[in-house]
Amino acid sequence: MSNWLDAVLVLLMLTSLWLLGSSRLQACIRAVALQGALLGLIPLLSKWPDISLRLGAVAVVSMVIKAVVLPALLRRAVREVNVRNEVEPLVGFTTSLLLGIALWGIATHIAGRLPVDVPGLSPLLVPVAIFTVLCGFLLIVSRNTAVMQVIGYLGLENGIYVFGWAFAIEEPLLVEMGVLLDVFVAVFVMGITIHHLSREFDSIETDELASLKD
Amino acid sequence: MVAPSGLISLALALALAPMMPSIINRTKALFAGRHGQPWLQPYRELWKLLHKGAVYSHTTTPVFFTGPIVGCAAMLVGLLFVPLAGTHPLISFPGDFLLVAYLLGLARFFTVSAALDTGSSFEGMGASREVFFSALAEPALLLALATLAALSGQLSLADIFARIDAGVLASGAGPALLLAAAAMMVVFLAENARIPVDDPNTHLELTMIHEVMVLDHSGPDLAAIQYAACLKMWILGSLLVSVLLPVRSGWLLADLGAGILGLGLLAVATGVVESVMARLRLVRVPQFLIAASILSIVALVLVVR
Repeated sequence: MSNWLDAVLVLLMLTSLWLLGSSRLQACIRAVALQGALLGLIPLLSKWPDISLRLGAVAVVSMVIKAVVLPALLRRAVREVNVRNEVEPLVGFTTSLLLGIALWGIATHIAGRLPVDVPGLSPLLVPVAIFTVLCGFLLIVSRNTAVMQVIGYLGLENGIYVFGWAFAIEEPLLVEMGVLLDVFVAVFVMGITIHHLSREFDSIETDELASLKD
Repeated sequence: MVAPSGLISLALALALAPMMPSIINRTKALFAGRHGQPWLQPYRELWKLLHKGAVYSHTTTPVFFTGPIVGCAAMLVGLLFVPLAGTHPLISFPGDFLLVAYLLGLARFFTVSAALDTGSSFEGMGASREVFFSALAEPALLLALATLAALSGQLSLADIFARIDAGVLASGAGPALLLAAAAMMVVFLAENARIPVDDPNTHLELTMIHEVMVLDHSGPDLAAIQYAACLKMWILGSLLVSVLLPVRSGWLLADLGAGILGLGLLAVATGVVESVMARLRLVRVPQFLIAASILSIVALVLVVR
């Protein structure tokens, strides 16, 4: 099963790059939904074939929340505030992709130095987790609209979730439920915030918000 | 060292290379609901062109004349090194994948020089685009080949592809191999001037890349260019098929058969891509090619990590 796990991890990485290189908001939401679905597969594949009921439930619940509920919330937020479908990056898409590759190098370097001592752990898990987190950070700082920053935040959280599997593989329920709640609340709050921002100021561009005085 | 399998695969390549564009065209015709051109049409065109005279503008220099010849010769030499589905090629030495990559570069340099030599502004535009896009496609190809070299621990194309068999694909290197293959597929489409990078059917100079560079060539020169294009498709296709279809039974006929079947499937796949996709806008093409390089880099990092 480690082969399939590796394939899922590589796909996870490619969705992060897709997030960096995509110019459409809808495509980004789709990418983050795919990322959520892949995340749900990781616990199942790393424990295959002895999957307990609890593990299966955690995987299915996280998949439903991350791949269905959160993207639906994001789509609703996008629809309600009428943001344009273009991403409008501060850093261009090609540059973002190249930065992404630099981040991948950094992530593998850090992961190589990190003493992770869990038996049966895929050697790709830690670098991909760090990379997903770094890409989330990059999205948050390099995109203009609040919606994209929420997507970046989601990516960041997904990376932490993968990281959680590296360490808390024995006791996943507690950690994952905490993380899921975290994300859920975050997206909910951000969704409401975006809604109110657009109602008050006619725009959710963070650059324009920064130039507001009193 | 001359291997008999090398002679057979070389003869097959020389004879069957023009079938690839034919298969692509028939696939596209099938999608469009047309009957399509006869299977042997590319051969007929080559035959027809070889029996025509060439017209040379009096403003051109011998550079214009050498372009098609060097282009075709470079492809013929490159073919000597390229193994089809793990069979031993005619010549092989450590590091020959660099030679093959830069033989493609040499052919491109002469094609571009010949295009610039005509002094036509359209051909200059095509030359500029060709050089720009291939500069972006080259790292993708080289990094993909470097990934394969690192994976197999070998430095010659023959040894690299002899080591990459079904066992490698099933072991932990599967994802890296698939990423490298995806990058090579993009390079295959870009270098052979297919959709989504270039449209081989277009005859509007403003949008053409490869076709516009050869507008002024005629007769046997044009035949050399078209044959070189077929050989280039065969070379890049063989590299891709050797990765994706790792049949290494050890029986020469079975391996060669699988390789040729793979090339046929690749041509069908190209035809499907051309039928279901539109050409990318010119400004989006660099991003597409950089994405291919990125796939290669990711694969390389996965292997050497």
